[in-house]
Order: sequence, then C-alpha cells, then structure tokens
Amino acid sequence: MHSERASLGLQIAAIGGLLFLHLPILLIFLYAFTVEERTYQFPPPGLTTEWFAVAWNRADIWPPLYLSLKVAAVSTVLALVLGTLVAGAMARSRFFGREQISLLIILPIALPGVITGMSLRSAFAIMEIPFSVWTIILGHATFCIVIVYNNAVARMRRLSGGLMEASADLGANAFQTFRYVLLPNLGSALLAGCMLAFALSFDEVIVTTFTAGQQSTLPIWMLNELVRPRQRPVTNVVAIVVFAVTFVPILLAYYLTRGGSETAGGGK
Amino acid sequence: MSAVLASRGLGDRLTGLFWRRPNLLLLLLISPPLIWLGLVYLGSLAALLVQSFYSIDEFSGVVVPEFTLRTYAELFNPANMDIIIRTLLMSASVTVGCAVLAFPIAYYAARFARGHWKAAFYLGVMLPLWSSYLVKVYAWKLILAKEGIIGWAAGATGTTPILEAVLAIPGIGGNSLSTSFLGTWMVFVYVWLPYMILPMQASLERVPVSMLEASADLGATRGQTFRTVTLPLALPGVIAGSIFTFSLTMGDYIIPQIIGTSARFIGQAVFQLQGTAGNIPLAAAFAVVPILIMLVYLALARRAGAFDAL
Repeated sequence: MHSERASLGLQIAAIGGLLFLHLPILLIFLYAFTVEERTYQFPPPGLTTEWFAVAWNRADIWPPLYLSLKVAAVSTVLALVLGTLVAGAMARSRFFGREQISLLIILPIALPGVITGMSLRSAFAIMEIPFSVWTIILGHATFCIVIVYNNAVARMRRLSGGLMEASADLGANAFQTFRYVLLPNLGSALLAGCMLAFALSFDEVIVTTFTAGQQSTLPIWMLNELVRPRQRPVTNVVAIVVFAVTFVPILLAYYLTRGGSETAGGGK
Repeated sequence: MSAVLASRGLGDRLTGLFWRRPNLLLLLLISPPLIWLGLVYLGSLAALLVQSFYSIDEFSGVVVPEFTLRTYAELFNPANMDIIIRTLLMSASVTVGCAVLAFPIAYYAARFARGHWKAAFYLGVMLPLWSSYLVKVYAWKLILAKEGIIGWAAGATGTTPILEAVLAIPGIGGNSLSTSFLGTWMVFVYVWLPYMILPMQASLERVPVSMLEASADLGATRGQTFRTVTLPLALPGVIAGSIFTFSLTMGDYIIPQIIGTSARFIGQAVFQLQGTAGNIPLAAAFAVVPILIMLVYLALARRAGAFDAL
C-alpha cells in the first residue's frame, strides 16, 4: 500500500479551501444579529435578537414562503413519479434511443438556467399561457426529475436482478414484487432524491424569475431585497430560514444513502 | 409463468402480459416522463428557437411572427458583441480560478483523506454545493461591501493600500470590491467551486496507486510522477468540471446584477430584454448563444474523454 503523507503545503491548501467554502455562510448568521440596519459594517457595532421578531411580523414574507413551499412540494411529487418511472425503464433494459433519453433527462440542469427559463418563457408567450403557480411548477418539476432519477437509477443498478426473479419464482406478480421487494429496497434512495429535489426547488431563482410573472417566491423576495435593501438584518433572518430549509434535507439525504456507491448529492 | 400457476386476477394477467412482451412494460414506464420532457422541455426549446427567428417591429414594439435573420444580425452590433465577449472572458477566467483552487482540495480528498476525514471532505464539498445559491451570493455582498469584513481586515492589518491598489487596476477594479469585476469573479469562483472539485476528485481517485508506484520504481521523483502520471490522468476530470463552471457562469445573471459593475452579461441581457424591454425575439437569440457555445465545448470535451469522468 502506498503510504506517503501529504506535504504541509497541500494540507494547508486543502483545509484552507474547505474553510473558504464554509466561512462566508457563517457571516450570514452573524449579520442577522447586528444592530446596524443600513450598512454591512464589520464588526457589527452591537448585537440584538430583535430582527427575528421583526421578520416574524413582516406581512410581506409569509405569502412568498407559502408559495415556495407549495411549489417545492408539488414539483417534488411530480418529479418523484416521473423520475422513478424513467429510472425503472433505464436501469436494466437496453433499447434504441437510450443514450438520447439520458441526455434529455440531464439537459434541463446541464444547460444554463437562463436557457431553461427563457425557453419556457417563449413557450408561454407563443401559447399565450398566463403566469400562475403552475407555470412555476412546470419549470421546477422538469429540472427536479433528474435528481430523483439519479438517486433511483443508481440504487436499482445496485440491486441484484436475482431478487426480482426470486420474487417471481415464489409466485408474486409484478405489482407485488414492486410493493414488497422493489419499494422497500428503493425507499431510502427515493426519499433522498425527494429531499434534494425539494431543496433545489425551494431555493431556485433563475428559472423562476422567467416563469413567475408578478408572483413572488421566497428566493424572488430575497432577490428583490438584495437589489433594493430595506431592513438588511431581516433579509439575513430569511436567509437563515432558506438555508435551514435546504440544509436539513440535504444532510438527511446524505445519511439516507451513505455507505453506498451512489451517495446522494454527487451531481447537482 | 402464468401458464404454470392459475391466474389470480388482473395483476397476474398483466404480469403475464409484461413477461411475454417486455417492451410493453418499458413503454408504459417511459412514456409519461418522455411525454413530459418532450412536451415541456423540448417543446420550450423549440419555442425558443422559433422566437429567435422572429423580429420586433421597431415602431409598435409588437413581435412580428415571420421568419427573419434580422434578430440574429442584431447580435453582431458592437454593444451586443461586447456583452458576449465579456461573458466568455468571465467564464474562462472563472473556470481557471476554480481549477486552481479546487485541485488541492480534490487531490487531498482523493489521495490522503481516510475514514472520518474522507466523509468530512465529502460533506464539506457537498453541503456548499447544494445549499442555497442566493444565500451564498448574499454572503459575498456582506463580505465585499466597502464597510465589510475584507475592508475591515485590510484596515486592521495595515494592508488597505494594497486593496486600494488592486481596486485601482483599470478594467477589473472599481469603487469597492462589490462594484468591480474582480468582485464578480470572486463570487463566481466561490459559488461554482464545488462543481469543479467533485469530478476532479472522482478522476483523481481512479488513478491507480500501482501506476504511481511503478513511476517511483522507475526512478521518477514525486514532482515528475505528479506531472507525467497524475496530471494527465486527472485531466478528464478537470475538463468535466470546467463544463459546469463555464456553462453556469455563462448563463448566470443574478451574480453580476448584485455584485459588479453595470456592464452586462449574456444572462442579464436575456432577462432584461424579455422583461422590461419586451423584446422576446432578441432575448431568445441571445439565449441561443450559450447553447451554441456549449455544444462546441461539449464536442471538444468529449474528444478529450471528459465524459468518462462524469
């Protein structure tokens, strides 16, 4: 076994790189407690917890929060159904056009969001579809399919085919095999996929700005606050909420699929 | 099998059918997602292409639904070419920045991290990758503001003149870091860095240790082994990562809007043209530019074997 140790320079560069990835987010937390509401002065001149109460009482935050939760929930369910179906088809069989289909699935997140957004916007313009919750969901579900698909297909490939043959030999029909053999084995991978899809949808802003019209999801609300700040620490409080709502599912997804070759989150 | 056992109902009869005709099951599974992706996504992409061949009536501002290349010709106006070239330069420099910063992290995680450290590195890269994009951008607005932490740190360590000298560089400098190209570049590098680390790490992990040993046995120093064995084998991973950093930078319009100068990037042009300006054909034509560039980029990457590293 090759057992050399990393040089000090490499260790410092690697650990420094990891810190670089994490420290900026901690600042968000710090600034939620500052007493200074008009600038981003560092260090904060004083600390207070009043902004959490102020944010709670701001009436303009709640409707975007509800809308974001609703969009993320519906998109996740749609992506769960569609992603699992396509994973079931792609996991074992070889057929004509398979490569093209796998390209089609990843295209919505492989191409820049501005293209997905602008494409949907063009389609709505041509077909004269008015903006609604459903125009947002249409976009979100499309790029969430690949997240569920990735998780499901990796787990299906790992499952031994003999398992399903054994189930059939023991007299189970296709639906019983799905219910009693496939689903229990697939469950945690699907749950992980759902959580990642939820986190992705809840946080999405680039495609959403093209498909939302005048509606405001929580990320769009935050974007407006970033461009025209009002009470800056309130934006920080909302940022913490957005961070928590995406962070917890991601962590859960990691623990659900840890140890396998297909640990969730490898590709966004 | 339905021939052997007595059928117990619809479920069994369908199972028998699927057994005799596996393609029927495949078709049933794949049609709903295909119809969705085909209609919603490919349909929209087609709509984008169609719109980009329309033009806008200069006097009434109404979209004229007739085939014309005039909208594409508008892309070659000096002002629009500026936007495209600026975006390409930014994408290229962000990609280089990400590659340089990502390499030590990926290299360490792939070759030296074991056990708990390995998990820590994996989570340490994956959590920033997935955590909220807007929150990350917002964090940098706090950091780069004139009165923010970098200005404070420069003042505390007496390096304010250096910061001011950097900001005085024409082209990339500005009034403060949060209103300069340098600031835009830093935020881009930060936000897309995890997308570079993961494929890089994956390809580094696939470099067989036996090859490194063989190289050492043949008398190569660590530096020579690194340059002639590790780097060439890791290159597909770097290219795979560059696909993400390049494409994501090219299509982003939030970061330059929040941090940077008033000079526009492709994404901003698309957003403003379809929104306030109401010029959907030109916005669509602008959106086709990144698609074409990425197609060329992907073709080159495929030649370099980057897809095996994905």
